Amino acid sequence: MRYISLTPEERKQMLDVLGLGSADELFRSIPAAVRLTRPLDVPSAMSETEVVNYFETLARENTSAQSNACFLGAGAYNHFVPTVIDSIISRSEFYTAYTPYQPEISQGTLQSIFEYQTMISQLTGLDVANASLYDGSSATAEAALMAARVTGRKCILVSPSLHPEYRRVLETYVRNLNFQLEELRQAPDGRIDRDSLEAQIGENCGSVIIQSPNFFGVVEDIAALAQVVKAAGGVLVVAVTEALSLGLLQPPGDLGADIVAGEGQSFGIPLGFGGPYLGLFACRDQYKRQMPGRVVGETVDSQGRRGFVLTLSTREQHIRREKATSNICTNQGLCALMCAVFLATLGRKGLRELAEQNLRKAHYLRSLLADHLVFSGPFFNEFTVRCPESPERINERLAEQGIIGGLPLGRYYAERADQMVVCVTEQVSRTQMDEFARIFKG
Amino acid sequence: MNRTNIVVNLNEPLVFEQSAPGKSAYSLPPLDVEEVALDQIVDPKLIRSDIPGFPEISEVELIRHYTRLSTWNYHVDLGLYPLGSCTMKYNPKLNERVARIPGLATVHPLLNAPLAQGNLKILYRLQELLKEITGMAGVTLQPAAGSQGELTGILMVRAYHAARNKPRKYVLIPDSAHGTNPASATISGYEVKAIPSDQTGQIDLTSLKEKMSDEVACLMLTNPNTLGIFESRIQEIGRIVHEAGALLYMDGANFNALLGQTRPGDMGIDVLHLNLHKTFSTPHGGGGPGSGPVACQESLIPFLPVPIVAKDGDKFRLDFDRPQTIGRLHAFFGNFGMMVRALAYILSCGGDGLKQISETAVLNANYIRKRLADHYDLPYDTPSLHEVVFSDKRQERQGVKTLDIAKRLIDLGFHPPTVYFPLIVHGALMIEPTESAGKGELDEFIEAMIQIHRETVEEPAKVTGAPTSAKVARLDETRAARTPVLRWKARGKDEEKDEG
Repeated sequence: MRYISLTPEERKQMLDVLGLGSADELFRSIPAAVRLTRPLDVPSAMSETEVVNYFETLARENTSAQSNACFLGAGAYNHFVPTVIDSIISRSEFYTAYTPYQPEISQGTLQSIFEYQTMISQLTGLDVANASLYDGSSATAEAALMAARVTGRKCILVSPSLHPEYRRVLETYVRNLNFQLEELRQAPDGRIDRDSLEAQIGENCGSVIIQSPNFFGVVEDIAALAQVVKAAGGVLVVAVTEALSLGLLQPPGDLGADIVAGEGQSFGIPLGFGGPYLGLFACRDQYKRQMPGRVVGETVDSQGRRGFVLTLSTREQHIRREKATSNICTNQGLCALMCAVFLATLGRKGLRELAEQNLRKAHYLRSLLADHLVFSGPFFNEFTVRCPESPERINERLAEQGIIGGLPLGRYYAERADQMVVCVTEQVSRTQMDEFARIFKG
Repeated sequence: MNRTNIVVNLNEPLVFEQSAPGKSAYSLPPLDVEEVALDQIVDPKLIRSDIPGFPEISEVELIRHYTRLSTWNYHVDLGLYPLGSCTMKYNPKLNERVARIPGLATVHPLLNAPLAQGNLKILYRLQELLKEITGMAGVTLQPAAGSQGELTGILMVRAYHAARNKPRKYVLIPDSAHGTNPASATISGYEVKAIPSDQTGQIDLTSLKEKMSDEVACLMLTNPNTLGIFESRIQEIGRIVHEAGALLYMDGANFNALLGQTRPGDMGIDVLHLNLHKTFSTPHGGGGPGSGPVACQESLIPFLPVPIVAKDGDKFRLDFDRPQTIGRLHAFFGNFGMMVRALAYILSCGGDGLKQISETAVLNANYIRKRLADHYDLPYDTPSLHEVVFSDKRQERQGVKTLDIAKRLIDLGFHPPTVYFPLIVHGALMIEPTESAGKGELDEFIEAMIQIHRETVEEPAKVTGAPTSAKVARLDETRAARTPVLRWKARGKDEEKDEG
């Protein structure tokens, strides 16, 4: 066993120190009746070569976004991952450490999270961000719980264009807490109907959850909705599944959002079949002691030097137990680092340039599919089209040409069975878009 | 070996403080569609202004920045990292390699199942292996970490009772349990009742019987518990719980102690979570990502989250059609990359290897226990498995506390153990060496602990003033919490509008 360092001789010496004849005696506290008396039915050890071959073989049974043009988004985006990211996160110092419980020997992790929190605050236009949650969906659910704590109201208004899987996760999280989820109405342009929000918000309904750009790709009028929420003394949560949009669109915080919960995968994290991803979470300063998850803060050491620590821990389960703001412990630290490295790599100019490329390319494809648009509202890099034949059939024909098509909506919205959401990132070329449009139109 | 001064003390400003206009670390291909004016395609009101203070540095500065920061971290590849209950074992390099195979790592999660057969097979294979290793009938890999696994498990317990027309009211949790247990029970809509530990460090059966009723949904038991002690009356506990119609949940955070020795499914456990980032070697990443699969008995299978990976002949598909499911915990399949690593680990170790792991982890912990017992107070003398918990009772008489011992260990070249947990031990020092430690390193650690004990008598200031060799000395945590500074802010001409 190459992951164990004891020689048989050392093993024996150690057992001698313990006065034991065999390692089996170490387990005397387990009643004989429940001891496993046979070997586990797990294949015997494979060599390194065999393990590599095993996975390489499986990789060939997948259609990857690396070898196919990808027009599929909907919460997972095929953006380029700069080389430096893997180089940095492959440093043992980062990936084999744990939660920085001992700050004196964890300043690398702590400072990098502090920088991450700062960048997320800058992008979202909110005062504070936490050190990450699991993914966009559970971050949105945690935001709903936090909004309910803040408002003290039991009904949560949810946009019908919140990612359906986020909605599902939200339902799972709140199911046993006596909350009601009520659905907002969508206007024909694809945005939330402001009047419906005005009618539904009130003494019982204080927390409002929208997504922008929404699941159909449409950018919401956050400012207008925020006005309504504010007037009713509520809390507005804006979920963001395409974090790159924050590089170009008005920050939700500046427009009146109180909490931004989002998916950070677009920032340097590979598609990875859905995970590990990165739950972004930011809020206004006045709510910081209600935030879920870890937070890093700046302080000084006994000699007055700047240093960083985990802080505001009285919110957390290891101190507050059943009264904690969340049950989360382990988060997505390394993914937060990937995100921070990505943002520092692209930087002030590059992030915007990348976001603009996405927007411009998506609008190029839209110009090719102009007759098929479902919504007239503004969009970033995703939009919804009505298909001339079944979306599944179109995707099959695209697949024959090495193209991964958009997301058919029938699975989530029965009335939209003839529609798909198409995503354009910087990774698809004009030629591929032309090809997509040609096949799409039949 | 001289273990001191292993931390490099280069100073390194924040990335924002190194930024200057005109520097950049990125390159993008030229835009291949017409560059029309932005306001022709999107309302200018939707577009944000520049982000003052956002990083602007060169690639070489970026690499040096993060490399320098990294040198301030202690990590598993550097040496013993005996954080109790965290199982800081070696993270094999091979796992990192296979997790990065492009054909696995660049697959979109919303692809139709026929296009993702390779990845679905990985999920299925891991699912099946975990069933065998735990002796359980069903597995979901979806929870993103241990505490989400707990939430999943308790929601399943609730759905099980609700399907019998009564969700019940209480979850019983021993006072030695991790804080995530009560927090997870609460968001599942339960009230928590704490059960004390008895003088052997195990759950108090008298109290368990008293608190057990037909309003109890489950007992959440960590086994081996946070003292490293196997709950040896597990069969009786199971009987008490099941006779009241309640379920037995096992927190599998400490499963490393049990690999191949015993199986939760054979000891009366109804549902448990595992931590792939503990027992199955996936890296802790400075705080995650983890992965917290949940395994259950047949009776709870209907309530597992969707989707479940199913096998039809030699094809794999996603089963969403599960009317009694608790729903979803994650937008997609959970932390897939961690599952690839865990599967690589299980295949590399093989069945025999897994058993050797628990054997060695338990041997290492007991060796430390035996050799330090003359120097540190052992609050419970019940046999323990993969970790050992001491208190600071003896050192406290000299004015030295657990925190001081931990900080002094830093100067002697080791990551400290988990401190002040479990809460039932005064000044707890919870040591889990894992199977990764060799005898030489264990002996060095033991010598360091003995040295610290000696110093508490002879030169206590050396202990209470530690650490002196790290990047920073002790940090003012009170100040951090009272006047929180949670982000950097631009100053001077680049100043952002005040958002505070």
